[in-house]
Amino acid sequence: MTTPDDPLEPGTPGSARFRTREAAVLRTEALIAPAPALGLCVFDGPNDPEPGIELRDGRVVAIDGVREQDWDVVDAFIAAHGIDPVAAGEAAALDDLEIARRLVDVDTLRDDLVRLGRGLTPARLARIVGLLDPVELMFAMKKLRARRAPANQAHVTNRKENPALLAADAAEAGLRGFAEVETTVGVARYAPLNAIAILVGAQTGRPGVLTQCAVEERRNLQLAIQGLVTYAETLSVYGTESVFVDGDDTPWSKAFLASAYASRGVKIRFTSGGGSEALMGGAEGKSILYLEARCLAVIRAAGSQGVQNGSVSCVALVLSLPGGTREILAENVLAAWLDLEVASGNDAIASQSPIRKTGKLMGQFLPGTDFVTSGYSAMPRYDNMFSGGNYDADDYDEWLTLQRDWQVDAGIEPVGEQDLLAVRLRAARAVQAVFARLGFPPVSDEEVELAAGCKDSRDLPDRDRAADVLAGDRVLAEGISGADVALALEAAGFRDIAEAILAMQRQRVSADYLQTSAILAADGGVVSAVNDPNVYTGPGTGYRLEGARWELLQQLPHVQSAADFAARPAEGPPATADARIAGLGESPREVVIAVGPAFGAALRETIGGLEHGAVVQAVIDGITEAGAQPRVVRVRRTSDVAFIGHDGARLSGSGIAVGIQSKGTTVIHRVDLQPLDVLELFGQAPLLTLDSYRAIGRNAGGYAVGERVGPVPTVLDNYARNKHIVRTTLLHARETAEVVPDAPAVELLPG
Amino acid sequence: MDEAGGTPRFDPLRDYPLGERRPDLVRTAMGLALGELTLDGLRDGAFTAEELRATPQTMRLQAQVARAAGREPLAANLERAAELAGVAGETILSIYTALRPHRSDAAELEAWAVRLESELDAPLNAAFVREAAAQHGRRGLLRR
Repeated sequence: MTTPDDPLEPGTPGSARFRTREAAVLRTEALIAPAPALGLCVFDGPNDPEPGIELRDGRVVAIDGVREQDWDVVDAFIAAHGIDPVAAGEAAALDDLEIARRLVDVDTLRDDLVRLGRGLTPARLARIVGLLDPVELMFAMKKLRARRAPANQAHVTNRKENPALLAADAAEAGLRGFAEVETTVGVARYAPLNAIAILVGAQTGRPGVLTQCAVEERRNLQLAIQGLVTYAETLSVYGTESVFVDGDDTPWSKAFLASAYASRGVKIRFTSGGGSEALMGGAEGKSILYLEARCLAVIRAAGSQGVQNGSVSCVALVLSLPGGTREILAENVLAAWLDLEVASGNDAIASQSPIRKTGKLMGQFLPGTDFVTSGYSAMPRYDNMFSGGNYDADDYDEWLTLQRDWQVDAGIEPVGEQDLLAVRLRAARAVQAVFARLGFPPVSDEEVELAAGCKDSRDLPDRDRAADVLAGDRVLAEGISGADVALALEAAGFRDIAEAILAMQRQRVSADYLQTSAILAADGGVVSAVNDPNVYTGPGTGYRLEGARWELLQQLPHVQSAADFAARPAEGPPATADARIAGLGESPREVVIAVGPAFGAALRETIGGLEHGAVVQAVIDGITEAGAQPRVVRVRRTSDVAFIGHDGARLSGSGIAVGIQSKGTTVIHRVDLQPLDVLELFGQAPLLTLDSYRAIGRNAGGYAVGERVGPVPTVLDNYARNKHIVRTTLLHARETAEVVPDAPAVELLPG
Repeated sequence: MDEAGGTPRFDPLRDYPLGERRPDLVRTAMGLALGELTLDGLRDGAFTAEELRATPQTMRLQAQVARAAGREPLAANLERAAELAGVAGETILSIYTALRPHRSDAAELEAWAVRLESELDAPLNAAFVREAAAQHGRRGLLRR
């Protein structure tokens, strides 16, 4: 962008580098300057009120500068249900900075912070959290998370709403360790079938996975009553009255709905997220974080155990603003401070730029939240019906590698291909059996097999959708329940899956998973903030990825052992054979080819896959072409390429030598130079070809016979080190193991 | 143990998860214990899907757990839920609809409150509906 101060004269040619950057996908995303009047500012909006609270006779009578008679429904609901007057008194005695510092003080207990938080108004909450920088926010997040261990949630959908594929993907999500699986529908009448498919699939993958189907509230509640889903996170709230009402609810209607779900034994989580008020045109000139603080205060006041927040579906809007990523993490921290379970977004596409979206992700990924994403796409993005897929099935290796790199548990486990194929196939067969038993449109063997191994729903045949939705209607009309699904599975011989589904129904009886941050372990035990709270007071405390869990998260299927990776085992006769101890050459035309201790023996090829015998022959040919005389020796006392070369030069009649390590790194050396000061260095061994080695020989010969020599052209690949450094290290270690200290060089004969 | 030496008293700080630590306190509406809710029992008709949900008593125990953990609003929600556990789904959905903006006038909400109180044994929800009616009235969110 040119500004009025831009010194560029009109007509001046532009910068080619700017044109390149403009073509990047990042530049399709708008960045805007804050527009506070529209609510497009992250902290400190012009209309954000001064924090304040007034109590009379133990009752709240003013919040953030607004008196009782002027409260909107949001203020009134928070005052009635969301402020603890005793804690308010305690908080009033502390200044903002003091409270902000306690948020990152390892010696201040979470319980004390949570107690203090109950006495703070939305404006004060926003102001205090706004004092934290990104790393402080991460630290506060780590400290304030409700459940000890982080977890993750998966999305499972597909464009064809194919039940076999839904079941297979849900099973994979379960086996990979997701604690919750969420589906939705393209066509509303599919909801019961999709709910059944992921219920069966998830329990096949791992007993205890909670499932939900995001549809309209009435239908959702009906699925809950029938025991086909176990949680819901569709209850959206907003930070201004006008938007709340546009959303066709009030805090009281939403809170009543929350009680209704709980009465059916369904775990509920509200949804909020910065930017929604601005998007809906009702931000009233207030900042995104302040309005989110109001949402969160309502959510806590309504008695929700948790929230899905962190901008969620508005993430790209918040990221258009300066400080957007920081604001989103601040929202998550606020939610945790209010003692809510946090499913921290990262489901909607934050950015098309992998750098940018992953930069944003780290805010939740590193400290860990109750659910690091509120929907990791368990299938390729194409099939994600939430218009999500910020991270998807194609990114599993990336996610697992990041966990391994940071030694961080972000809730996904590595699983091998055969195990996954097996569980996917079984889940698809199980749902096939359920459809057959319940008289639903059949799921074919072809669908089952394709569901297990396909890339996405395009690989599957089309179903009779009219028949499917009629079956969906039957589920509701006949009240087909989770128990009926269990019975169908039992009758078809899937007793373990039937038991797992019945166990989920039993959970509804004890209702333990209605407590904050509850998930179910594989043994069926409930793990929540009540019986497994996060008590972090610095190093050595809290959740740490170690022991068996760390071992598990290291074991990506493609991890190799160092031994396997170093080289193929040497097979057959060696390419070289050692003869007598090498003496000083006499011919002034002689060029010594000095190879490393493992060359052609313990190792047989270069890092670039060139067979050692062929490499030596190429160098010999080059030397000969230049009119010089080659002699091959093995240096045994060192594995360093410069010293190998220099040792060769000291034996060479001309004083010129070619030094070659087994991994292929090569130098041309001369006897009068310091060992590390070579004539030519060919460091990028993976890029060398036999022609390169021949050219190296020609040059070395040229030096020996006294001709003018231009350096051998070398290829530069900036990624060579990245790709080869591990093998380089291992090959070099192998060569070094062959070193015989003080041993003289030996003449080498062809093998 | 309580005075009579029978069932130990419920301790909301220690007895969670109920299903694991105090299965003796968890019963279905028919009085079945968790251990009786088996697949074979279901197949043989010893109970139906209707039994597979929390009773108001269990919900109130969970409310005690939440309160003991310092989560007063969650406890209050679970107590309202306990009252709704026995209320028909259609009735619940009707009340929800009535509470949405511009759906009811003051008298209609009061009628729901009376019904919750007298007929459905749900005084907490009745009070909640009355509170909503007052606030909706103050903010012009009743039916015009």
